[in-house]
This record gives sequence, C-alpha cells and structure tokens, in this order.
Amino acid sequence: MIRFRELRKAFDGHVVLDGFTLDVQDGETMVIIGLSGSGKSVALKHVVGLLHPDAGDVIVDERAVSTLDRPGLMALRREIGFVFQFAALFDSMTVAENVALGLRRRGLSDAAITQRVVEALAVVDLAGTDGRYPAELSGGMRKRVGIARAIALQPRYILYDEPTTGLDPVTSAVMNRLMVRTREHLGVTGIVVTHDMTSAYAIGDRIAMLSEGRVRQVGSIAEIQATTDPVVRQFIEGRPE
Amino acid sequence: MDVIDRIGRSAVAAVRAAGRFGQFLADLTHAIPDVATWGGLALVQMRRIGVDSLPVALFIAAFTGIVLALQASYTFTGTVPLYVVGAVVGKTMMLELGPVLTGLALAGRVGASVAAELGTMKVTEQVDALETLAYDPLAYLVLPRLIAGTLMVPVVVVLGIVIGILTGWITSMGLLDLSTAEFVKGLKFLYRFKDIWFGVIKSASFGFTITLVGCRLGLGTRGGAEGVGRSTTRAVVASAMLILVLDAFWAVVLL
Repeated sequence: MIRFRELRKAFDGHVVLDGFTLDVQDGETMVIIGLSGSGKSVALKHVVGLLHPDAGDVIVDERAVSTLDRPGLMALRREIGFVFQFAALFDSMTVAENVALGLRRRGLSDAAITQRVVEALAVVDLAGTDGRYPAELSGGMRKRVGIARAIALQPRYILYDEPTTGLDPVTSAVMNRLMVRTREHLGVTGIVVTHDMTSAYAIGDRIAMLSEGRVRQVGSIAEIQATTDPVVRQFIEGRPE
Repeated sequence: MDVIDRIGRSAVAAVRAAGRFGQFLADLTHAIPDVATWGGLALVQMRRIGVDSLPVALFIAAFTGIVLALQASYTFTGTVPLYVVGAVVGKTMMLELGPVLTGLALAGRVGASVAAELGTMKVTEQVDALETLAYDPLAYLVLPRLIAGTLMVPVVVVLGIVIGILTGWITSMGLLDLSTAEFVKGLKFLYRFKDIWFGVIKSASFGFTITLVGCRLGLGTRGGAEGVGRSTTRAVVASAMLILVLDAFWAVVLL
C-alpha cells in the first residue's frame, strides 16, 4: 500500500504540492490526473525518493520514504518499477542491455537475466529488438522498452509518468492495452500520472484529480465521470473555461 | 542598500554551493565500498580517459619538445655550452610543460566530454532512471571516472614527457649539430629523481580535478541542451583555472 501523507513540496518558493494526501490500495491502479505543472510527476518521484519532501511523507508498506537510509532506499527501489515520461533509456546501451541493467543489480545469473529480458520484451511486443539502440526506435517503442525495463524486475509496484504523452492515438491505445496486460500479468499495484482521459478511463481502477497542490476529488471512474465538481468537470471534458 | 543586498545574496549562494559540494564529496566516500558497481566500469573509463587521450597529448608533447630544444639553443648559443639544451628540454618537460600542457589539453578533451555526457544523462532523466534501478549514480558514473582520471592522466603525462624529450633529442641532433652523448650529458646534468615524481603527483591531482569538476558540473546540469552547453563550458574553464592554481600550489609545497 502506498500512502501520500500531507505531502508538501516547493521549488524556489513556488509551492507545487500543498498537503497532498492519497491512499493507493494493494492491487489497484490509481490514476492521478491534473493540469500540466500541477505536481503529478513531482508526487510520483517522492515515492522512490528521487525528491525529498519539504513536509509530510510517502509511506510504502509502513516505510516512510524520506526517513530511509541509503540501503533502505535501495531496498525499496528494488520493489518498484518506474516508467519515465520520455523513457529515460540509456542511449549508449542496446535495448537488451537497458532491460538487463536493473536485473544485474539483483545478482541474477546471466542465463536468468537473458531469459527475463526476452520475456519482458515479448510482453511489450518488442521481441527481436534486443540489439537495437534507443536512437533507432520510435517514441512509442522507446516507451515500451521503458515498460519492459520496469516489468523485468518483477516489481510489487509500478509507477508510470505520462505514459501516453506525445504518442498518436493508436500507439496510445497500444500503451493502454500494455499497461492493463502488465497489471494482469504481474498483479502489481500501479500509479499512473497522466492528463490523457482516454488513457485514465482505460487503465484506472480509481482516479484522483490533483489541483492546487492537493487532491480535489478521488473516486471510481463512474464517480469521476458523474462528478458535479466544476474544476474536475472542466478538466475531464477538456473545456477551456 | 542594493549593493549590500547583492553581496549578501552572493555570499549566501557561495556558502550554499560550498555546502552542496561538501555533501557531494561526503556522498562520494559512501559510494567507495560499492566496488561491484564501479570496479569494471573504471577499466572502461581508463581506456576512454587514458588511452583515447594519447594522440592529442603526444602530439602536443612532440611539438613542445621540438620548440624547447630550438628556443634553448637560441638562448644559449655563444654564452653557455650547448649540451645544456638537454637539461632544459628534460627539466622543463618533466617539471612543467609535460604535466601542465597535457593537463590543459585534457581539461578540454576529458572535462568537456564528462560534463556533456553526465549533463545529457541528467536532463534526459537517465540519472534518475539509474537511481530507480537501485544504482548509486556516484558509484556508477562518478567513481569510475574519478579513479580513471587520477590513475591515467599521470600515465599519459609520463608518455608525453618521454615523447617530448625524444623529439627534443632528435631536433638537437638534426638541427643543432648536437651529438647524442652531449644531449644525454645535458639531460643528466641537472636531473634529480624528484623531477619525475613531482610531475607524476602533479598530474594525478590534475586528473582528479578534471574528472571531479566534470562530474560535479555535469550532474548539476539543469535546463536542457542549453544547460548542457553551459555545464560543459564551465567544466573546461574551471578545470583549466584549477590546474594553474594546483600547479602553483605544488610548486610551493614540493619544490
């Protein structure tokens, strides 16, 4: 279970998160929506300790992330897969080396690593791309390699940062199907940060709207679709005013 | 009031920067026990920083040796026996020009490359990705470069010194009518064993500084391609200035 508790974060005096509180239950996929710059990705990065909160904390299975020492943080990160907005693949490594890197840290044998890499690439429909470099892949393929890199670790939690941003509708649909398949395949708890409502409805069990640094509304897809909150309504309908 | 305010802000910023650098060094020492991560990567960096730098370093050393021999001959002709050319070439290459010219060349080649590579990794979230895969970026990215720079720059410098002396000797024979025996006599004339290790210690400190500055500024990059360019330029300028400061420091401390 991941619990955001009164999380507060400011950059150069600009408050991004201001008492952000949210519970993500085991096994569910929570989608966090909100305007660009509303702090969705900032919240996500606190879960793996990439950012340190000014106040509040993220609790992952009773571990307060900001209080963990280096070994504790490393142990936590071994349980979490993180899919970056622009994939963040290592451009000097091949696809297979990218997917294998996290596995090497876990001390697996070469044979076990190779098998996991092949399996993970098959799950994201990228079998046979092992020897290619990120620069030789399309944006959608790079994002899928990012997912393969995360799921190869067989994590308990998987965090997606804007997984469909910048993709065409068809590739976005492929990504959505892939995220659903990943959840079914691994049974992982997921948090997806997005402003793509098609994607949110396709992959989420629950949706939380982040506005002005805190949760404006959280509920099931049906509850969000039937919301009377004017801010949430405006966002999900994509109205300018 | 405005001036005082500005001075105050600058002082606070400088103290903060010093604090961040101190924290960086402290974190670096915590990464040292993670040999499994940096051990193999250090060998790769030793090739990239050391072996791949040889052509430019040896090119500089070769021409420095030629010029030193000719300038020494020009200075001493008619006043001092010409075999002193060997002493000037050897002494200057070992004590000063070998380490410093190589250091400045590597500040450009290695410092820029390290800052640009790590800066690009930083702004494209590759450094964050490393962290989420449970790697310590200091063990994975910084320590291998630091170790390679500290160990390999002295090797490059020593080879540069040898090449500089060789080209000085060839120039003396071909253009100055000096025999090999006379050149070697000059070489031995003022030689002290300290000349060698002084150059080696100095160049090790240059290698450490070039890679440390490149890594620190690279990992501190913000703001996309423009930020990478800024970090790269700052790394080269800062490394070059620090090399000159260290050069003076070692002269005061060791000579």
